[in-house]
Amino acid sequence: MSATLQQRFAAWAARRQRIDHGVIHLTQRSIYILPTRQGFMLAFVLLLMLLGDINYNLSLGYVLTFLLTMMAVMSMLHAFRNLAHMEIRPGRAEPVFCGEVAQFMLHFDNRSKLPRYQLCLVQTGASFWNNTNTPLQFDAPARQDTEVAFPLRATQRGWLQPGRLTLYTEFPLGLFYCWSYLHFDMRCLVYPKPLHDAPLPPGSSPDGTGKRSMAGDEDFSGLRKYTAGDALPRIAWKAYARERGLQVKQFSTPLGEELLLDYSDTPDSNEEEKLARMTHWVLDAEAQGLRYGLRLPDGEILPSNGLAHRDECLRRIALFNLPVLESRQ
Amino acid sequence: MNQSLVYGILLSILMVIAPHADHLPVWVSSLSAGLLLWRTWIAYSGNKLPKRWLLMLVTFAGTVGIIFSFHTLFGREVGVTLLVMLAALKLMELRDARDAMVLVYLACFIIITNFFYSQSIPTALYLLATLMVIMTTWVHLQVQSISLKPRMRIASVLLLQALPLTLILFILFPRVQGPLWGLPQDAYASSGLDDRMSPGSLSRLSLSEAVAFRVAYNDKIPRRDQMYWRGPVLWNFDGRTWYAGRTAFMVTPKFTELEQPVDYVVTLEPHNKRWLFALDMPDKLSVKSTLTDDFEMLSKDKIHARLRYTARSNLVYRANEQESPRQLQRALQLPGKFDPRARQLAVEWRAGSKDDADIVRTALGYFNKQGFVYTLEPPPVGQDSIDDFLFSTKQGFCEYYASAFVFLMRAANIPARVVTGYLGGEFNDVGNYYIVRQSDAHAWAEVWLAGQGWVRVDPTAVIAPNRVERGLSAALSDNAILPFMERNPPLWMRSLRFNLDALANQWNQWVLGYDTERQFAFLTRLGMESITWQKMALDMLSGLGIVIALFALYMLRHLFVRQTDKVQTAWLKLCRKLGNAGLPRAAHEGAQDYAARVAASRSDLAEAIRDLAMRYSALRYGMQDDEYAQRDFLQRARALKI
Repeated sequence: MSATLQQRFAAWAARRQRIDHGVIHLTQRSIYILPTRQGFMLAFVLLLMLLGDINYNLSLGYVLTFLLTMMAVMSMLHAFRNLAHMEIRPGRAEPVFCGEVAQFMLHFDNRSKLPRYQLCLVQTGASFWNNTNTPLQFDAPARQDTEVAFPLRATQRGWLQPGRLTLYTEFPLGLFYCWSYLHFDMRCLVYPKPLHDAPLPPGSSPDGTGKRSMAGDEDFSGLRKYTAGDALPRIAWKAYARERGLQVKQFSTPLGEELLLDYSDTPDSNEEEKLARMTHWVLDAEAQGLRYGLRLPDGEILPSNGLAHRDECLRRIALFNLPVLESRQ
Repeated sequence: MNQSLVYGILLSILMVIAPHADHLPVWVSSLSAGLLLWRTWIAYSGNKLPKRWLLMLVTFAGTVGIIFSFHTLFGREVGVTLLVMLAALKLMELRDARDAMVLVYLACFIIITNFFYSQSIPTALYLLATLMVIMTTWVHLQVQSISLKPRMRIASVLLLQALPLTLILFILFPRVQGPLWGLPQDAYASSGLDDRMSPGSLSRLSLSEAVAFRVAYNDKIPRRDQMYWRGPVLWNFDGRTWYAGRTAFMVTPKFTELEQPVDYVVTLEPHNKRWLFALDMPDKLSVKSTLTDDFEMLSKDKIHARLRYTARSNLVYRANEQESPRQLQRALQLPGKFDPRARQLAVEWRAGSKDDADIVRTALGYFNKQGFVYTLEPPPVGQDSIDDFLFSTKQGFCEYYASAFVFLMRAANIPARVVTGYLGGEFNDVGNYYIVRQSDAHAWAEVWLAGQGWVRVDPTAVIAPNRVERGLSAALSDNAILPFMERNPPLWMRSLRFNLDALANQWNQWVLGYDTERQFAFLTRLGMESITWQKMALDMLSGLGIVIALFALYMLRHLFVRQTDKVQTAWLKLCRKLGNAGLPRAAHEGAQDYAARVAASRSDLAEAIRDLAMRYSALRYGMQDDEYAQRDFLQRARALKI
């Protein structure tokens, strides 16, 4: 297919299938099918066979040629059925640091009695046949909701969007490429990659030193992962019940002193490096159990600590100075 | 590469090349078998594939070997041999899916080459089994995650669905009468009678069970001793071999006093020669043919495909009473100085008889009284083949008797010639037709008598009358080396054999013989009028379209049914009711979100709607298949008053 034809098709398909928010139900309206290169090759082989049959007057040769042809034709229906009437829902995507691989969760709900084999998910490329992205392969067993993590490497901070995905299958004979587009409003938060060897800034509080908050019993300050030896009463059973794993409640005794992580304190010249350093600071401060606040040119977060606080800080850093991504309704 | 996938491909290739083993040169068969074993060992042990240069070397050596074996690189046999070797060699560089795909296509292609050699029912069944293996492997190539059983299921579903479609295509696909291009010389194997006959040639042919042709008589069935199927007529003798020779002139044959006509249908197996078999004497044939001056029926072209024709013969006739002198001269030629004793004998007969007919009787009496034996394994004869046979060995098959008889007649100055063909046949009461096999091959003589024309004389009838009246097995002693079935098999075996042959006959007529003519006749019988290829193509496409649409409906039936179960219906109804009450659900809103919104504005419903939404989510997305919970939900949804 020529390039312009492909572009036109892509534009047409995009008009037909806009971004989906909820569930995509694959129907004949959104499933496309074309022969693969192998399909064309088989057609050529079948043509040779037919010529041989005619020339040598081989009746059984006709039978074989027709059988193969019809199996190829029927494989088109099988390919279509392999995709048809599946329901696909987007799931969440946990934030990652820049350079890591983000996992976009997708649910493929196959409610039919029919197992779906050899489904492939890939970021939509420019060409049908020469997609350079490596596809993710999976099967969707019958009457089951299959959760699939679509991996995508994060290359810059901010929101990572997979954009339009192609779900395709060449089942059962590889002769037809049957596909549909999935365009969900999915996003994954990408934190800047933390800068190494970035010691915490000297305290910016009045007395010049950041103070450690001593772990104590007074205030609940957050949850941390369970390690062997933690006292049983400290385990957060409620969190466990929500299937968030074994976590332990942390309490701290604030000493009144706080660390303020200030954008203007970073020695770097470049904005990205400054943010990378601040990311490291946040992680470091949290790991050391300090109370820390954040000051960016566009706003401030009051000092606190705990995972929720840390995530909020990282989020502000990640999205700093980026255009707001409107949530498409 | 996946080990079991490699085994699947190995099995596919093995199954397609195995039937070729007996007609390929032995070294090609062994090379292919060796390569298959080697590749199996590599797959089993996980060793590395051989180096590229080694394969190049083997390929080159193989090609040179083929040139040495066949003295050419063209032709059908060579093509098949090359394909088989190529497939075996390609196995040795089976590395990725691409190679596997090439091998799968190659396997499909090699199946077709098997049909050059056989298109029988067993071959067709074997083809189906092979195709099943290939398809299963093919599916495996695409989907590596599933096990053998579902793979076979997918393959067999494809195959079964393709069968009715194939039937439509087979019946309606417009047949083109081949060949499209010049066929290589070796395109067809020849079998059966030849236009030359030497001692031993017919007894060798008699060992073959192969069918020469099948005959169905329309109403009157001739007696067995009238079933002389005329084939090549041999005129020239070189002392050992009789051959047809060539006439430079053509005389239209003339028959008089024709009586006892019989009508019959012959289905002739291809024999790669021009002659068509008909009973003595042929009158008319439904296919284009010429009757030569020695009453042979010749088709325009060599017979490459099974041919069906109706014919009429007259069992009583006078043939060429007025024969041209040149033909008579031809029928008197004898080679140089062979066989002095036989000539001597003939001269004595001539002296002691009053006319030609008397000499014929004398000669037959001689065969009858001098202790001649009819056998399939006669002792060898020397340079004076007729003398040796007549005076020392006295054992021979029909060609010995025909040859000696014609020689004696010519020596006694009576025009005579050898006629070869088939005698009799076996009646198949299942299909109500006669099977004439190569083992029914026969040779007899014709002499020209003034006032009577050419008269058939069968010396074998004198020595072994059973040969003529009851067939070969009756004429030979029990320890003869005849094929088992030509002796006297048990009754059930006989009937099984007849049933199978009747089936094969139907197969030949309707499947293998389905050509332009048959197609036309069949479609007319189905009620199609004014058949053109456009019409056939249109019917074919619409037929295919309908069947495929039916398949599609069947395959997608449970997908197209609206997937709203009871739970969802109840929930949607509830949402509609709430919508009427001024709280419509937005399209993107999930159950929980919607419930929260409703609860916020309708505090009276808050508790109930939250509960229902929770239950709904659990039933629908929680993989919960509890009937009790479902009933409970339905009741509560119905009970909710808004």
